Amino acid sequence: MEEIKKRIMIIGATSLMAEHCARIWVKDSPVDLTLVGRSTQKLEQVAEDLKVRSPHSNFNILQTDFIDPIAIRALIDKFFEIGTVDIVLIAHGSLPDQNACQDNLVDCHRELLVNGVSPVLFAEACAFHMQQSDYGRLVVIGSVAGDRGRKSNYIYGAAKGLVTRYVQGLQHRLADTNVKVTLVKPGPTDTPMTAHLKSKNQKLASVQDVAKLIVDAVDRGESTVYAPRKWGLIMMIIRHLPTIVFNKMNI
Amino acid sequence: MVAVSSWGRLKSSEHNVLEFSDRSQIQNLLKSNFPGVAHGMGRSYGDVCLNSNGNLWFTRGLDRFISFDSKTGKLICEAGVLLKDIQQMMVPKGWILPVTPGTQLATVGGAIANDVHGKNHHVLGTFGNHINKIKLVRTNGDIIECGPTLFPEFFSATVGGFGMTGVITEVEIQLRPVAGPWLNTEIIPYNDLDEFFNLADASEQEWEHTVSWIDCLSKKGRGIFMRGNHTDLNLGDIPNKSQLTVPFTPPVSLVNKLSLKPFNMFYYYLNKCHKSNTLSHYESFFYPLDNLQGWNKMYGPRGFYQYQCVIPREFGRDAILEMLNQITLSGDGSFLAVLKTFGDFKSVGMMSFPQSGVTLALDFPNKGNYSLRFFERLDAVVKEATGRIYIAKDARMSRDMFESGYPRLNEFLKYRDSGISSEFSRRLIGS
Ligand SMILES: Cc1cc2nc3c(=O)[nH]c(=O)nc-3n(C[C@H](O)[C@H](O)[C@H](O)COP(=O)(O)OP(=O)(O)OC[C@H]3O[C@@H](n4cnc5c(N)ncnc54)[C@H](O)[C@@H]3O)c2cc1C
Ligand SMILES: NC(=O)c1ccc[n+]([C@@H]2O[C@H](COP(=O)([O-])OP(=O)(O)OC[C@H]3O[C@@H](n4cnc5c(N)ncnc54)[C@H](OP(=O)(O)O)[C@@H]3O)[C@@H](O)[C@H]2O)c1
Repeated sequence: MEEIKKRIMIIGATSLMAEHCARIWVKDSPVDLTLVGRSTQKLEQVAEDLKVRSPHSNFNILQTDFIDPIAIRALIDKFFEIGTVDIVLIAHGSLPDQNACQDNLVDCHRELLVNGVSPVLFAEACAFHMQQSDYGRLVVIGSVAGDRGRKSNYIYGAAKGLVTRYVQGLQHRLADTNVKVTLVKPGPTDTPMTAHLKSKNQKLASVQDVAKLIVDAVDRGESTVYAPRKWGLIMMIIRHLPTIVFNKMNI
Repeated sequence: MVAVSSWGRLKSSEHNVLEFSDRSQIQNLLKSNFPGVAHGMGRSYGDVCLNSNGNLWFTRGLDRFISFDSKTGKLICEAGVLLKDIQQMMVPKGWILPVTPGTQLATVGGAIANDVHGKNHHVLGTFGNHINKIKLVRTNGDIIECGPTLFPEFFSATVGGFGMTGVITEVEIQLRPVAGPWLNTEIIPYNDLDEFFNLADASEQEWEHTVSWIDCLSKKGRGIFMRGNHTDLNLGDIPNKSQLTVPFTPPVSLVNKLSLKPFNMFYYYLNKCHKSNTLSHYESFFYPLDNLQGWNKMYGPRGFYQYQCVIPREFGRDAILEMLNQITLSGDGSFLAVLKTFGDFKSVGMMSFPQSGVTLALDFPNKGNYSLRFFERLDAVVKEATGRIYIAKDARMSRDMFESGYPRLNEFLKYRDSGISSEFSRRLIGS
């Protein structure tokens, strides 16, 4: 008898963090995996790789517009219509140049949409179905940057802060259900997003370690996870620094 | 700029690092970021993977598989995939890389560019012997696909071509079937070089993998011979062993006169008493050092050199004895001295290192000019015996030594990408 495969959807599936989560999921057992992104070609590269790793898994690729609420709703509705969904991971994001966002409101607007509004729309569309079926795990990748605004990246931070507050509310809404919502807050991690930070000698976590923490947090149904975990402590300190001290820091 | 060093840690220098992750973007990225050179895992000991103050193209992000045919064992993957990833995924499926070096923490691209060899050279040749196709991106935007029958000259220049012919992006490898992860292995001590050669010859027919550790402080060349064959016996896999890490760089080399002699004696007698016939997991048999992460730091902040040469068989014994003699005279020595015979395989690469004969590899802590002068004495022996030095391990040989060891250099240069330059190429090819 063929085992029933977990149905998983990854939004922003070309993100390196997401790709490494997928590698862990397919390693555990064959899955039914839907990869959502904005570039079919890149999604295909990810799917080909996973297919070699797990020949018995099923893979689907969906290309969509990430800020069009109508398209998002249609995509999610269709996916849930087909059958029960075990996990949805919302991973996309982009780390903008803060100065560019200050100088140009078009940039600022786009980054707020991609990092803040877009993941919320996807999550909201999923929450509806998960609540109805009283089943499923929803994981959203936020950031430590959402914990406290700072001058070097507060546009990105503000969008991630929006995600944090949104997930908090959603967790409250779904507290009495079997649906588990997880917010992941990575610290600086070695992915294409941070390639430019290496030259500044910034220490970056390995993407494999972060992906492992994400997958484990989903398994356990944790509500918030810092990845690597030490960031929980660091951000607690940063959040509690008095303004007078914080504003003197060059971060 | 990012500080990068190679495995020998002779220096750490600033590089403008460009990380590849999407193979469809390489053509675009190269156009505006050359000259430079590809860098895989930096497991080469010397300067082939370095380009101080210039561009360095990191290929580790190109780590995707593309397709695998479980009937034929043909694997297509990106060039930054680690040999380890292939082994761990494929061995449980009944396939294994036909040839691997003594570390599996190297990339497919790096293994091709140095046309690496393993313990089974006499049976399966080099890594390049198992490559069906290579896709190269050149700095002028050209994309070239080559293989043993498709643009064979380009293929022959690229295999063992130190990354000089373009960036390898995709590769088709022919894996070989294997029953499981286990090998039948034997450990046999030898008292001198004649015994070593007898053992190597006697093992050639019946044993796929052969290698030996030689006590380079012994004048006659005693050592421990190891051989192994894959076995059908299936015990399942073993759980991941714990990894040890060298936590920091000691201020001076831990490998010195005081530590070397007792270590070599200890290792020799330990293995001499060892039960001679055992079952070994492929990871511990093929890649014994991979479990000691960062062992290269043991040599302290000045780093170390590896000296590896190959000598044609007819001069092998005498040349090796003379080199051991030089080592004894210098009082310097090496923990990791490996002696092994190569088979008669003709390498596919114009610049491939392996050739029929015997290869000796030795590690030495960097003692500046003292080391350099000592290596010149070894060079003289190698040159006289018409041998050559392995470029993957080299950071110091002279142009003369290079040109005498690699007679196909001029032919090779026709296929070079003029937008690729490394510290190795500037040192030995002039640009
Ligand atoms: C412990 C240890 C044991 C070893 N044992 C052996 C052995 O038994 N046999 C053996 O042959 N070697 C051995 N080596 C050497 C090692 O296998 C080679 O140096 C190998 O090339 C390292 O691969 P890398 O990915 O680290 O490449 P790097 O060292 O980063 O680069 C090596 C060369 O490959 C080129 N290159 C890398 N990627 C690409 C690409 N995508 N396209 C074009 N060019 C590229 C670089 O430009 C450079 O010229 C050993 C090394 C270590 C550390
Ligand atoms: N890396 C870090 O240090 C770090 C730290 C904290 C939080 N995070 C968060 O972690 C998540 C994963 O990022 P990553 O590190 O894996 O980075 P990554 O590999 O660069 O991935 C970024 C992903 O976002 C997508 N994306 C970017 N802009 C988009 C847009 N305008 N519309 C649609 N999709 C867009 C990318 O799609 P394409 O492939 O099509 O470009 C890609 O899938 C993100 O939410 C990020 O904010 C990362």
